[in-house]
Amino acid sequence: MAETGLTAELFQHGPIPLDVNLACRPGELLGLVGPSGAGKSTVLRAVAGLYQPRRGTVSCNGQSWLDSGADLDLPPHRRPVGLVFQNYALFPHLSALGNVSAALSHLPRRERAAKAGEWLARVHLAGLEGRYPRQLSGGQQQRVAVARALARDPQVLLLDEPFSAVDQVTRRKLYRELAELRHSLAMPIVLVTHDLDEAALLADRLVVLYRGATLQSGAPDEVAQRPATALVARLMDQPNLFTGQVVEHDPAQRITRLLWLGRSLDARLQAHFRPGSRVSWMIPAHQVLLHRRDQLSRGERENPLSGRIAELLTLGSEALLSLEIDRRLKLHLSLRLPVHVVRRNNLAVGDEIGVSLLAQGIHLMPYEEPRRAREHSLEG
Amino acid sequence: MEWSALDLSVRLGLATALLLLPFGILAGRWLAYGRFAGKSLCEAAFALPLVLPPTVLGYYLLVHFGSAAPLGRWFENWFGHPLAFSFEGLLLASLIVNLPFAVQPMQRAFEAIPREVREAAACCGMAPARVLAHIELPLAWPGIVSGLVMTFAHTLGEFGVVLMVGGAIPGRTRTLSIAIYDRVQSFDAEAAAVMAQTLLAFSAIAIGLTYWLGNRVTRRHG
Repeated sequence: MAETGLTAELFQHGPIPLDVNLACRPGELLGLVGPSGAGKSTVLRAVAGLYQPRRGTVSCNGQSWLDSGADLDLPPHRRPVGLVFQNYALFPHLSALGNVSAALSHLPRRERAAKAGEWLARVHLAGLEGRYPRQLSGGQQQRVAVARALARDPQVLLLDEPFSAVDQVTRRKLYRELAELRHSLAMPIVLVTHDLDEAALLADRLVVLYRGATLQSGAPDEVAQRPATALVARLMDQPNLFTGQVVEHDPAQRITRLLWLGRSLDARLQAHFRPGSRVSWMIPAHQVLLHRRDQLSRGERENPLSGRIAELLTLGSEALLSLEIDRRLKLHLSLRLPVHVVRRNNLAVGDEIGVSLLAQGIHLMPYEEPRRAREHSLEG
Repeated sequence: MEWSALDLSVRLGLATALLLLPFGILAGRWLAYGRFAGKSLCEAAFALPLVLPPTVLGYYLLVHFGSAAPLGRWFENWFGHPLAFSFEGLLLASLIVNLPFAVQPMQRAFEAIPREVREAAACCGMAPARVLAHIELPLAWPGIVSGLVMTFAHTLGEFGVVLMVGGAIPGRTRTLSIAIYDRVQSFDAEAAAVMAQTLLAFSAIAIGLTYWLGNRVTRRHG
């Protein structure tokens, strides 16, 4: 367990079930993700002392804030945390400067205004010190909330869905500002979000929370592409989740062979799954390659598959395709392609196309009953 | 105009309002934020004087003010005169009658402060007393003042309970509203009119102020 940084272990059966274990190093941005009601905010509130779990420990930089075994539970005002609330919770009767000054009671009174002004300048709000919260835009309110949270000189910064209440343009701007700001902060930062793209963009490490329990933690790519269980894959919104059977391992070629829909699939070697056992498996949408109609490419040797385009959605410069690969089982495969590739190949709904599933991208997980029709398959 | 009656009414109103100020803040805040079994029962008890007939309340107060009751005996031993038909008795009755007028607006004012705002104050490192002084009271003050104004205005107009426990002893327990009643009974319409107009003005200003403050709160939080 880390000596420096934040560690929290929280446990209770109810009223909100919790089984949480997380650690965040100084300078690290930990993303707490999970569906609504997973207990993300509760974890944050427990770290801040605003929620009392039945059992648990919270400590930061060697200092214990909560230790239910030792009957220690510091009240929120004695825990050096900076917390940015989802709706910012600014003090409506105080100006921007007053809001930030309110967190500076550790300084002599005459130094507070100057220090608060410095913080507002750091979040690009110089000149707006005298404005009241109701006179500020959503993005400006969020910046005041960040300045107020940091002004206390906290040992940990907690962000509770801080981007959910602003429009998308402002959100992108605030992402950049947070990414910039955090490099100058040497404290653990915990960000709660239900937006997986946001988490992947900002966080160094993700913790996946479901019904109050931590399921997996790791780098965003690792959690997204190598989830520990089919449930994590589902929570990470992985569309290509299927079930199959392990046939054999081929260590020489670094390949594990799978049986899926009566065909053989080559996957990255994952020797800890016993041959003959049923498994869940997934492949990220970007590991599915389109075959070019005019010329063969390298990917065609790997797990070739054909299907009919059932859906084609364009999102900005990227297109999301849903390929029907088994009509009877209603099995679909998702892939992402740049829009120019879709245009160059004249792809349209109803077209029959060929794709390859890159063996490196195929990830096996312990077997879990398929939840949706399209995850279903017959293993032979 | 009976100046002694006006003087007594104003003194009674001010004393009631000032004594209920700290009590109303504590009780209102406790009812707004506290989570405990029997909270509804407590709220109902504070609201009871609103619906209780003044004569019923007056009757029970008189029973307890008498020297046969522990309270009445204790008071007489300490202060040397009976609680009934005295200013102190009147004040005690007035405090009880006005509980809902002071506590309810203050409770609503504290309830109107979002929980996150109070939590944010704690996360800024403020101890509970500082949160009360710097965040809660500045946000709740229109409700607190409105509770005080309502209490003061209501005390000026209280008739039933005051008559029951105070009688109408000039200079001691004869308030303005009782004086009006007495003058009407003795066909002195002119004097009654002057005093009625005085009370009308007080009431109009009080209720106007209350609504104005209410709107200020809406504007501020809205």
